[in-house]
Amino acid sequence: MTTLTIDHVSRWFGNVVAVNDITMTIGPGVTGLLGPNGAGKSTLINMMGGFLAPSTGTVTLDGRPTWRNEQIYRKIGIVPEREAMYDFLTGREFVLANAELHGLGRKTAQQALATVEMEYAQDRKISTYSKGMRQRVKMASALVHDPSLLLLDEPFNGMDPRQRMQLMDLLRSMGDEGRTVLFSSHILEEVEQLASHIEVIVAGRHAASGDFRRIRRLMTDRPHRYLVRSSDDRALAAALIADPSTSGIEVDLQEGALRIQAVDFARFTALLPRVARDHGIRLLTVSPSDESLESVFSYLVAA
Amino acid sequence: MYDPTVARLTYRGLLGRRRALILGALPVLLLVISAAVRTFTGADDQVAADVLGGFALATMVPIIGVIAGTGAIGPEIDDGSVVYLLAKPVKRPTIIFTKLIVAIAVTMAFSAVPTLLAGLILNGNGQQIAVAYTVAALVASIAYAAIFLLLGTVTRHAVVFGLVYALVWEALFGSLISGARTLSVQQWSLAVAHEVSGADLVTSDVSLVTGTVLLLAVTVAATWFAGQKLRSLTLAGEE
Repeated sequence: MTTLTIDHVSRWFGNVVAVNDITMTIGPGVTGLLGPNGAGKSTLINMMGGFLAPSTGTVTLDGRPTWRNEQIYRKIGIVPEREAMYDFLTGREFVLANAELHGLGRKTAQQALATVEMEYAQDRKISTYSKGMRQRVKMASALVHDPSLLLLDEPFNGMDPRQRMQLMDLLRSMGDEGRTVLFSSHILEEVEQLASHIEVIVAGRHAASGDFRRIRRLMTDRPHRYLVRSSDDRALAAALIADPSTSGIEVDLQEGALRIQAVDFARFTALLPRVARDHGIRLLTVSPSDESLESVFSYLVAA
Repeated sequence: MYDPTVARLTYRGLLGRRRALILGALPVLLLVISAAVRTFTGADDQVAADVLGGFALATMVPIIGVIAGTGAIGPEIDDGSVVYLLAKPVKRPTIIFTKLIVAIAVTMAFSAVPTLLAGLILNGNGQQIAVAYTVAALVASIAYAAIFLLLGTVTRHAVVFGLVYALVWEALFGSLISGARTLSVQQWSLAVAHEVSGADLVTSDVSLVTGTVLLLAVTVAATWFAGQKLRSLTLAGEE
C-alpha cells in the first residue's frame, strides 16, 4: 500500500504559476489526472516523481519527501511523456539497463518485456520503433522492479486503439492488485474508461476530485448554452422559458437566432424537440455554443 | 562509486557513429601532419615539440575533452533521457563519477594515444618528447573531462562554452596574457610533463607543485559540484 500525499503544493516558474496550492492524496487503485493541455499536469507529475522541487508545500511518498531522495525510486515506476530514450539501444538492452540500475538482472527485464508484449521486437533498435512501441518499452522499463506506485504522463498519446486497450487492461489489473497508479490525460473518455478516481486540474488549480460519475455530473449539470434557429423564434422562446430547465433566453436579432441557457441538460434536450413539435415550429439549427473541453473545464474551476 | 551500467550507456552514447567520427578526426589529422613533417623535415626535436605542444596539447586535447566531457551527460539532459538514470535508486555522485571515468578514458584514448604515436613518428621519442607530451595529455585529459562534464550539467550550451574556453582562453589569451597562463590546464599539465622529460624543450609557466595542486583541486571541485547539480536537476515538463 503506497500513498502519495500532495500538501498545499505550488510551483511557479519566474512569475508564471504552473501549479497553484494543490492538495490531494493518491492511494491504491487507478487515479486519472485530467486537465487541458498546459494545465500543470506534467509539472505536478514531475514534482510527484521527485524531478522538480515544489516552490511551496510538500510532496511525500508514505511520509518521505520525493525531492532529492533517490531511495523513493525503489517504489516508484515512471513513464515520462518525452520520447527520448537511448535510441541507439535495442528494446531489450534498454529494459535490461533499467533493471540493472535497480540491481536486477536479465530475468526481470525479460518478464517486463513479456508483460508489455514487446518480445517480438526486443532486438530492434529503439530508433526504429513506432510511438506505441516506444510507449510499451517505456512501460516495461517502469515495471521492471515491480513498483508499488506507477506515474504515467500522457501514456496513451500516439497509441492506436488496440494498443490503448492493451495498456488500459494492464493498468487496470495493476490497480486491482493494490498498486497506486496515476496517469495524466487531457481526454475525458480515456480517464473515464480507466480511472476509478479522478482529479481534475485546470490552469494550475485543483478543480474537482471524485469518481467519474461525480465528475461527469459536474460536467453535464453546468449551464449549457445553445444557439437555436427556428421557423418562429419568439413562440419557441415563450414556450421554453415556461419550463424550469431553461434559465434564460435572448433573442439575437442580428444572428436571427435564439441564445438559450439551459440548467438541466437532460430535461432540456428532451423538452426542446417536444415543444417544437407541439407548437408546430420547425427547428432549423440547434448547436451547443460552449461544448469545448476548455469551457467544460473552466466551468469546473468556477464550480 | 562506479556503476557499470551507467558506464555502458555513456560509452554507447559517446561512441555513437557521428560523435566517434568527430572524436577520430583530430587524431587522424595530427598523425597526418606528423607524418608529413617527418617526411619533409626529418627528425627534429624542436619541430616535434612545436607540433605536439602547439597542436596536440593546445588544440586537440581540449577539443577532445570538450566533446567527451560534455557529451558524457549533456545530450541526455538536453533530450530528457537522463530521467531513466535519475529515476533509479542510484546516488547522483555515483552517476557523475562513473561518467567522469568514461569521459577521462575516452579523452585519453583519443588524445594521449595519438600524441604518443605522433611523437614517435616525429622524432622517435628523442629527448623523451613523445612520452612527456603523452603524460601531459593524460593529465590534462583528467582535468578537461571533469571541467567539461560539469559544464555539461550546468548549461545547455556546454559545447560552445567549452570550445570558447579551450580555444580562446587556453590558446589565445594564454599566448597574449601571462596571467591567463597560470589558470590553464595546458600549463599545469606541461609542468608535470616537464618533470617527466627533464628537457628544456618541454616547459611550463607554473611550477610542478602549483600545477599538480591546481589540477587536483579543479578536478575534485568540478566533480563534486557536478554531483550537486545533478542532485537538484530539474526536469521541466513540456508544457
